[in-house]
This record gives sequence, C-alpha cells and structure tokens, in this order.
Amino acid sequence: MSAGVLGSLEAGHTSSLRLRVNGEWYELSLDNRVALLDVLREGLGLTGSKKGCDHGQCGACTVLVDGRRVNSCLLLAVALDGARVTTVEGLGEGDGLHPVQEAFLDRDAFQCGYCTPGQICSTVGVLEEAAQGYPSAATDPDHPAGEPVPLTGDEIRERLSGNLCRCGAYPNIVDAVRDLS
Amino acid sequence: MRTFTYVRAADAAEAARAHGGRDGSRYLAGGTNLVDLMKQGVETPDTLVDITRLPLDTVAEEADGALRIGALVRNSDLAAHPAVRVRHPAVSEALLAGASGQLRNAATTGGNLLQRTRCVYFQDLSMPCNKREPGTGCAAREGVHRDHAVLGHSPACVATHPSDLAVALAAADAEVQTTGPAGERVIPVAEFHRLPGELPERDTVLEPGEIITAVRLPAPLDGTRSTYRKVRDRASYAFALVSVAAQLTQRGDGAAEQVRIAFGGLAPRPWRARRAETELTGQALTEERVTAALDAELAAAEPLRDNVFKIGLARDLARTVLLGLTRP
Repeated sequence: MSAGVLGSLEAGHTSSLRLRVNGEWYELSLDNRVALLDVLREGLGLTGSKKGCDHGQCGACTVLVDGRRVNSCLLLAVALDGARVTTVEGLGEGDGLHPVQEAFLDRDAFQCGYCTPGQICSTVGVLEEAAQGYPSAATDPDHPAGEPVPLTGDEIRERLSGNLCRCGAYPNIVDAVRDLS
Repeated sequence: MRTFTYVRAADAAEAARAHGGRDGSRYLAGGTNLVDLMKQGVETPDTLVDITRLPLDTVAEEADGALRIGALVRNSDLAAHPAVRVRHPAVSEALLAGASGQLRNAATTGGNLLQRTRCVYFQDLSMPCNKREPGTGCAAREGVHRDHAVLGHSPACVATHPSDLAVALAAADAEVQTTGPAGERVIPVAEFHRLPGELPERDTVLEPGEIITAVRLPAPLDGTRSTYRKVRDRASYAFALVSVAAQLTQRGDGAAEQVRIAFGGLAPRPWRARRAETELTGQALTEERVTAALDAELAAAEPLRDNVFKIGLARDLARTVLLGLTRP
C-alpha cells in the first residue's frame, strides 16, 4: 500500500507501522486517525470485514488481532504496530473453507450475508475462548477455572451477543456454532 | 475526527512527559470508548499517548492475599482469572455482564473506570450538555432520562456512570493506584468518581496527566460470599438500569459480620450503600430488616420524571441478592 492512500495532508499526523495481515507483512504509512477496519477495506482491498455501525455496537467488523476477536472499527491502526491480523479472507487454507465457514454454509446461517464475516470471525474467537475455559455470563459460576466450557445454546447466544443480525438468522447461527462444539 | 499527534510510550514516566498534563492530551489504552468518542467529535485530543506497551498487564498476588491488577489487564482476562473467579466472583460476574466478547478482549481495567457516561446528550454535539461543554445546560434533566441518576446528581448533570466493574470493585473496597505529577497515590474506588456538583466535566478525582497503574483488590475475610446482579432492557450487551454488587460475611450464629453493598445505574459513581450496611452489620439478615435498611438508604433518592421506577427496582434487586448470599 502506497503512502498517502490513507494519509493525512498535515505533517506530524501520520505514522509508519508494520502489520501482518493474513500471513503477509505490510509496511504502512497512515494518517493517525485511521481505524484498522478502514486499513483493511480501503487500503488492502480486504472488503470481507464490514462497516456496519462503525461504533463497536454491531460486530460486523470483527477480526482477530493476535488471535483474539475484536471490533476493528474501534482500533486505531497506528497503535497496532507489529500486530498479527486475521480477517475472514485469511481463515481458510487456499481455496478450502475454514470449518466455521463450512458450518455456516451447512446450516444456512445467514440471509443477506452482511453480518456473516463478523459472525464467522467472532465464532472462531468464541471456540478458542471456550476451549481455554474463559467464562461468559451464561457459565455456571462453579465451573472449574481453566476447564473448557461446553457451548450450550445459552452460551452461544450470550457469547455472540456482540454480533447483530438484522435478518434474524440467529437460530441457524446457533445451530452452526453448536455443530462445531 | 480531528487530527492528532501520536506518541507511543514505553513507561509511565515517558507517558507522563508526552501527556504533559495538557487539556488536549489523552492516554490511549483499549480505546473502546475513547476512539468512539473521537469519531463522534465528543473527544478532540491533539495528542494521543499510547500506553498499551507499558508493563501493566499482569495480575499479581501480594503477601496478604490481595490481588494487584495491572491497569492494562484486559476485561476478558480479568474475568477469567482463577483467583478472581474464586475469591471475587462479583468482580468476574460484573465484567461478564458488561459489553460484548469483542469489547472485553480490548477494554482494560483502568480504561473501564475512566469510560464516560452513555447519556445520549453527552454524545450528541447538537444538544446542550454541561459535561461535554460546561455552561451549555443539561438536556437530560427535562429530556429522555429514564436511564439517568436518582442519587448524587446535581442541577448541572444527571448522568450515571456506566461501569459494571467499578460497582463490584467499590463493594470489594478496592483501591486505585496512580502515578502522576504529585507522585504515587492510592484512591478508594468508591471515592474515585466525583459527584458532578458544579463541575460535571470532571468525572474523577484524577489530576491532569495522572495515570492509573493498578487496582488493588484486598483479600476478603474467610467465608465471604459475593455476587453481582444487573437489570437491563435486554438479556445481554446493554448498560444497566440498576445493578448491585454485594459481599457478605456471616458469623457462626448467622448474623452479618460484614456486609457491603454497591449500586450501579443509580448515580454518577458506584453508590456504596453505607447507611444500609451500618444498619445490617451485626444483625441477622431477615427479609424485613433488609427491606427496612434498603428503604432507609434509598430515602435520599431524588428521582427524575421518568426514572422513579429505579428506586423500587434497586431495593427489590438488592434484597434478593443479599438474602441469596445468606447461608441456607
């Protein structure tokens, strides 16, 4: 990505950084104001991650940063120098789909598809968090710390509550995630 | 968004130098609230000092059993920490009752305490707001204020503080550790947030440039039980209408040796119910006695036109929580 694509006209308000996106390193020169989501979409042409609310409320922009699911619209790219980012484009191996993508297809877990990349990246994060024993508000308080948490319907709904679907595909999304757990 | 200079600090001293205590400087941690407010034009810093590389991201156990939680420990990591889950379930539950999985992965312990109110007028540049722009007035007092304060507010501002974590920390007698121009300080969480008075633009007692370095969570007495309950308009991913954190230690005869209660959603800061605590200490927690103590605490409430419901809701919620903590 060339300097200036997302650059500021004002000196002192740009920064240089390195980001590893879907396994590839990029040297970037960016306006300090640019969010990670805009770097991905406008700078790198990775338009899988979607801009829904742009305020961290809808989850359509969810990506993995250093292995954790986050809202890319609320992260200033300049603060992520050296980070490893995975978007929906980077989940599969070559032309092969990631198991979460397969599960969403098998269960028809979408309608218009706009929220789907965020739902899928969020689910990848949820599966890892549950495997590591991270609790949610739906987890039994007596569940032993650090033990994998079984993903019941209540667990899936709670853990994915930061991903909105205005088509209302939730029942099939829950089924898809349950297939994976 | 207004342009700004970005500085990445390696330690607290470098961060403080870059910040300089100037009005236009802000520290950046998880950014989940600050970046959003910058997009909205509510926050317009000219200098952003990134403190995420400071070595403040661990939970350490002290000799007396207290937990020293680094200011940059992520909300999700703190909620999952084994010692927090076992000894301070209210803290873990409060964190998990807030925000979403994605936000908890980014948001930090210190940043959670410093998040701003979600009053819609604070976030709307076209409306008056004394907290955002001192002297312009308060649109919430006669406007949409169902979510707003019933305790501790002032003619200038009726906003609540939105943090769940702060409520649980206040009930646990936790302390905020800071470093700043005046050296290091320790501030009880329950006194960390200011009541608005005539200066609603100042949310906390922090001085310009002062940095939260850690939160110290003291070890509870043996046999202490705690929990956090939150009432909101939907089952997940919403701010509290009313919440309560309670911590109870009972003597052998069942009477309360120590009881601590903090409310969220009622005031500009976590509201420690000290009057109710005093009335219940040394007593057996019967339904009648708990109700009377909570009524006495909430008698000071001054509800707005559309949030009278919060008072009865707070009493009923706290009573249910306290009776639920008593040994069967």
